[in-house]
Amino acid sequence: MEKKVRFKSRWLPWVLIAPQMAVILIFFFWPAAQALYQSVLAQDIFGTTTEFVGLENFQRLFHDATYLESFYTTAVFSALVATIGLSLALLLAVMANRVLVGTGIYRTLLIWPYAIAPAVAGVLWLFMFASPMGVVSFALKSLGLSWNQLLNARDAMVLIVIAAVWKQISYNFLFFLAGLQSIPKSLIEAAAIDGASAWHRFRTIVFPLLSPTTFFLLVINVVYAFFETFAIIDATTHGGPGKATSTLVYQVYYDGFKAMDMGGSAAQSVILMVVVIVLTVLQFRFVERKVQY
Amino acid sequence: MKFKFFRFAAIASMTVATLINAAPASATTEIVWWHAMSGALEGWVNDLAKNFNESQSEYKVVPVLKGSYDEAMTAAVAAFRAGNAPDVLQVFEVGTATMMASKNVVMPVTEVMKTAGVTFNPASYIPAVVGYYTAPNGEILSLPFNSSTTVLFYNKDAFKKAGLDPEKPPVTWADMENVMTKLKASGSTCPYTTSWMSWVQLESFSTWHDTEFATLGNGMRGLNARLTFNSPLHLRHIGNLEKWSKDALFKYNGRASAATNNFVSGECAIFTGSSGTYADVKRSGKFDFGISTLPYYADVKGAPQNTVIGGASLWVMRGKPADHYKGIALFFDYLSKPEVAAASHQKTGYLPVTIAAYELTEKSGFYKQNPGTDVAVTQMIRKTTDKSRGIRLGNFVQIRTIIDEELEQIWSGKKNTKEALDTAVKRGNELLERFEKANSK
Repeated sequence: MEKKVRFKSRWLPWVLIAPQMAVILIFFFWPAAQALYQSVLAQDIFGTTTEFVGLENFQRLFHDATYLESFYTTAVFSALVATIGLSLALLLAVMANRVLVGTGIYRTLLIWPYAIAPAVAGVLWLFMFASPMGVVSFALKSLGLSWNQLLNARDAMVLIVIAAVWKQISYNFLFFLAGLQSIPKSLIEAAAIDGASAWHRFRTIVFPLLSPTTFFLLVINVVYAFFETFAIIDATTHGGPGKATSTLVYQVYYDGFKAMDMGGSAAQSVILMVVVIVLTVLQFRFVERKVQY
Repeated sequence: MKFKFFRFAAIASMTVATLINAAPASATTEIVWWHAMSGALEGWVNDLAKNFNESQSEYKVVPVLKGSYDEAMTAAVAAFRAGNAPDVLQVFEVGTATMMASKNVVMPVTEVMKTAGVTFNPASYIPAVVGYYTAPNGEILSLPFNSSTTVLFYNKDAFKKAGLDPEKPPVTWADMENVMTKLKASGSTCPYTTSWMSWVQLESFSTWHDTEFATLGNGMRGLNARLTFNSPLHLRHIGNLEKWSKDALFKYNGRASAATNNFVSGECAIFTGSSGTYADVKRSGKFDFGISTLPYYADVKGAPQNTVIGGASLWVMRGKPADHYKGIALFFDYLSKPEVAAASHQKTGYLPVTIAAYELTEKSGFYKQNPGTDVAVTQMIRKTTDKSRGIRLGNFVQIRTIIDEELEQIWSGKKNTKEALDTAVKRGNELLERFEKANSK
């Protein structure tokens, strides 16, 4: 069977993809090129003097021990956000898929957090964990557990992971739910008749058939954790205590928008871009092989 | 069809309305003022603009709230790069060195006043305040607007509970240790907390003890200044805080002004922070409170000297039409009038900017009716020394973040005081070197 669509006209395909290409060029390639250009310059904050400094901005970064540490922080943070975010969303989607009454309400509630701005999500969780008024910190205290995200690096990391996962869970949920609903019921019923347990059915039928969705979400979540979480971190921990929650993208944000060091910030964003490109290529080469379309 | 007509009518009426609104505005010159005064203070800023606008008809000052201090500055930088900067910009004290170094971007207030032909007498301003914004050549670069300084607030109810005299706040750090111990014994979970770690415990601490925070008069005399806050005196003080933190006498409650809430909520009994916190404490605190000076070490020669200022000043941007500068000059002159400046001081708890405003406030009996409001003023109205005049360092925003980061390592027990302060000085000096290199061409 021929899967390709053939256009008779030569220019029609180009016209059809032109709007999307324009969006990509203007909003992705143009800023990326600007970042590359900025990363080899040193400017004063108002941009009145500009000097070409070559790779100096990059050199400085790799001599900075705290910058190198933030690679590790970012790896831990991204791995946690992606794995916890995906597993929780999958669990919720499987459950929501089985609900018979009030599906609309459940789904709406689960999709809700996606509509909330990252900074607001951060502040929301901060309020719950802040001492002495926070609900969660109060509950933890009465259970005899100590919680201090201001000074305990692990607590701070837990806090930003929770906030970042919560923010992204709706998105993951939506795709998992759609994926689950596209799995033919007949397959599952046949397996059930053959005596396969619920867990067995999930593991051997549902999960493999979901693998394209899971793979797509893995890529999206890694990109999310790498690029889009700076507002959450800024609103909750400011990268502290010390630099314990200062991820690469938070550093880009801090140096660019708080410290107004455009060259340094651009150099970091170039490095971050390279890291994410490499990660995405790796994912496509190694993880995608296990995906069954 | 009906729908289309309705839409046409709506658009037409909107256009007419815009034209009517725009007509009188064209007669006056608009001066755009970006500021960072949110909450109760936004009302104060809007009132200032409104009263000025009503006092004359040629100029109209339009205040625009741009978020926090750093957000306002970032927004102004972005706007300048895009070619539409505001006329007047409020910049916090740590941005002073950066603004000063941007000579092509800002117009010194002295120059604004001179070109507009408005008389301007720097000597009428409070020296410790205006000195901060004065260039080495004597030019006043920005107009002091809302200056605060570091003071100590204490909860009188908590003092009574601990059997302490509520009218006797601790004066020295030795007193502090006794008071904190007694507060803890009476059941306080947080005897002492502080906001603005770097500003209160290192910057103001240094000038209060007439000791340099950085060389060259804390950077006031040149770009090649380097940090010195790992001196024996600083090590002694931060070391004490480390010890008190371990003994649960001092509690760290986060960066910037986060700790204010812990005092206002009644959790912490003593709090050091900005004198500008006064309005907040008075409005939200459900207890009797007192204000006092920062504690000091009695055996240090020259202590207590004066505390350092914080807050913000107003900067004028270059590249505007000439009539804008006339309007700005008149507006600045209005802000500095004794009765206007005195009202601002009494309303906000910020320092009076002129000596006349201070005298007027004193004469009105305000300090007697509101005990403690003069603490900040008396800490500031002193003859300053080369070491206490102010702190002016490049990349200061980042240096403060580094100090926060390194000191957090002390409170969490990962580093000792010496390691943390040495690292902070080293990391901070790298930033000063870069600033010097970038701005000395």
